[in-house]
Amino acid sequence: MTGRVVVIGVGNPFRRDDGVGPAVIEALRARAPAGTVLTDSDGEPGRMLGLWHRQDAVIVVEVVHAHPGQPGRLHTLTAERAARCAARSASTHALGLGETFALAAALDRMPRELTVHAVEGEDFDLGRGLSTAVADALPELIRHVAKAIDKAHDRLRCAGALTDERGSA
Amino acid sequence: MSHRGSRVLRLDALARVEGEAALHLAVRDGTVAEARLRIYEPPRFFEAFLVGRGHGEPPDITSRICGICPVAYQTTACQAIERACGVTVDEPLVELRRLLYYGEWIESQSLHIHLLHAPDFLGHPSAVELAREHRAAVERGLRIKQAGNAIMEQLGGRAIHPINVRIGGFYHVPAPAELAPLADRLCRAHDDALETVRWVAGFDFPDAEYHGPLMAMRDPGRYAIDSGTPAVMAAGVGSNGSTPVRALPVEEFERHVVERQVPHSTALVSELDGHHYLTGSLARYAVSGRWLHPSALDAAREAGLGDPATGAVCRNPFRSIIVRAVEVAHAVAEALRIIDAYEPPSRSYVAVPPRPATGCAATEAPRGLLYHRYAMDADGTLTLARIVPPTAQNQSAIEDDLRRQVQSRLDRPGEPPGDEELTALCERAVRNHDPCISCSAHFLDLTVERG
Repeated sequence: MTGRVVVIGVGNPFRRDDGVGPAVIEALRARAPAGTVLTDSDGEPGRMLGLWHRQDAVIVVEVVHAHPGQPGRLHTLTAERAARCAARSASTHALGLGETFALAAALDRMPRELTVHAVEGEDFDLGRGLSTAVADALPELIRHVAKAIDKAHDRLRCAGALTDERGSA
Repeated sequence: MSHRGSRVLRLDALARVEGEAALHLAVRDGTVAEARLRIYEPPRFFEAFLVGRGHGEPPDITSRICGICPVAYQTTACQAIERACGVTVDEPLVELRRLLYYGEWIESQSLHIHLLHAPDFLGHPSAVELAREHRAAVERGLRIKQAGNAIMEQLGGRAIHPINVRIGGFYHVPAPAELAPLADRLCRAHDDALETVRWVAGFDFPDAEYHGPLMAMRDPGRYAIDSGTPAVMAAGVGSNGSTPVRALPVEEFERHVVERQVPHSTALVSELDGHHYLTGSLARYAVSGRWLHPSALDAAREAGLGDPATGAVCRNPFRSIIVRAVEVAHAVAEALRIIDAYEPPSRSYVAVPPRPATGCAATEAPRGLLYHRYAMDADGTLTLARIVPPTAQNQSAIEDDLRRQVQSRLDRPGEPPGDEELTALCERAVRNHDPCISCSAHFLDLTVERG
């Protein structure tokens, strides 16, 4: 089975900057190449684990809380790094993204590749709308993710071609 | 460290609860002086948000309150608006709504059992360690959960915040062929659910008892989820072969359940006739256990919960994990029953024309009784919205349970407990009640490393 590129915007639009993940997904709907699965998620681990197959390339878009912080700064994290960032109770389920990845690893359900594209947030209060710092960073974050999607498709095509060669050898 | 001195424990973040909560515990001279749960509760924000909106909007707007139980909010909102407008929804649509609700129950209760609660009983700090040692059990839990997800996606239009629900029914009703694949999944989930009951029944359970009143929906003949009337089992009533309960017409709910502000929490704290009370699995089991699906009844008996058919009551919050597992078995069996009997309704919704009126409703969210009341004017513009979620209702009971459990530990002879032990005890006590503190943010906590 050929892998897909799965892009997951994790967040809650009713908690200000936590809405950045879904905002990126919305922006990409009109410009993502065919074969890209775009979805938003509340980050609940059981559902997250159901969004990808082992052959997929997964890109997660998320907001981070950094120490020391610089709201609006962009980060690209590997799954391993994100797993190390597992914060206690910083999620809907106290099973944050990092713990979700660790759970996927424990259950042998990690995808072929997984990266997290994140922006440092500033305001997580109740309400809609991003802080100025995050809103200013949003176009660049969208560009980063769009480029990551293209590269992931290229890698999957290469992997598929290699598999075909081996199959016909 | 002497347990005679004064100390304060602050847990700014409680692990493995749904959302954001913090705990403040003060012990003075060996006595628990304070146990305060701080909850960040958003429904009040939504109450203000709803005023001025159209009467058709509460199902979509309130579903956003909680990613875990959107169907509970949607169903309760629909029922309250429909009552205000004097509309009765066709029974086939009611059954379809119930199926969607069961999907949420299966998903939500399975998540709590396997990923949040079970680690406490098996000595693991988190679901990750649990998965490494009990992989088959966690995989089984995720399988059950995915069966619930499948119902949500099929009937709700998507996995989170369903978009197919409207006042009066649905935007689209499925063809029988669309529900058939769900039945295949649910057959497997039923076996898995019964296995889960057996699994959790084997855990070690500390002695504990919640003595206060229990409140749940009651609809004789049915394990009430989306029907019936709020009913209260008095404090201290246990397994005595009968279940004396006091009905509380939903229209009188706010006369008995009074919400008040407390300085330490953004959640309103509810009291029932001046006392703390508990809603949720233990309350439902006490009030309606005898009407569980036969397979769930058998599972409950085998799991050592007594015989619900003769009015068995479980008041041990630690054993709530067994009750939840039994409820999952019930929900799966009932979902299968609905799918087996399904015939497409003649219409996907009933018109709900507005009128100047007030309507209220209550249903059983996985975590307990959820109450909504709306008032609207002649064109359907909402002039009032009142939402009383289960966790706000349970907050005082959870705090009381915390005080009792910590005091019980402090009074035990021998080595006094250290802060770490008390912290773990408090977290377990809170997790027993499965509080759902919805609408939380989920940012990663990142330490910037400088090279």
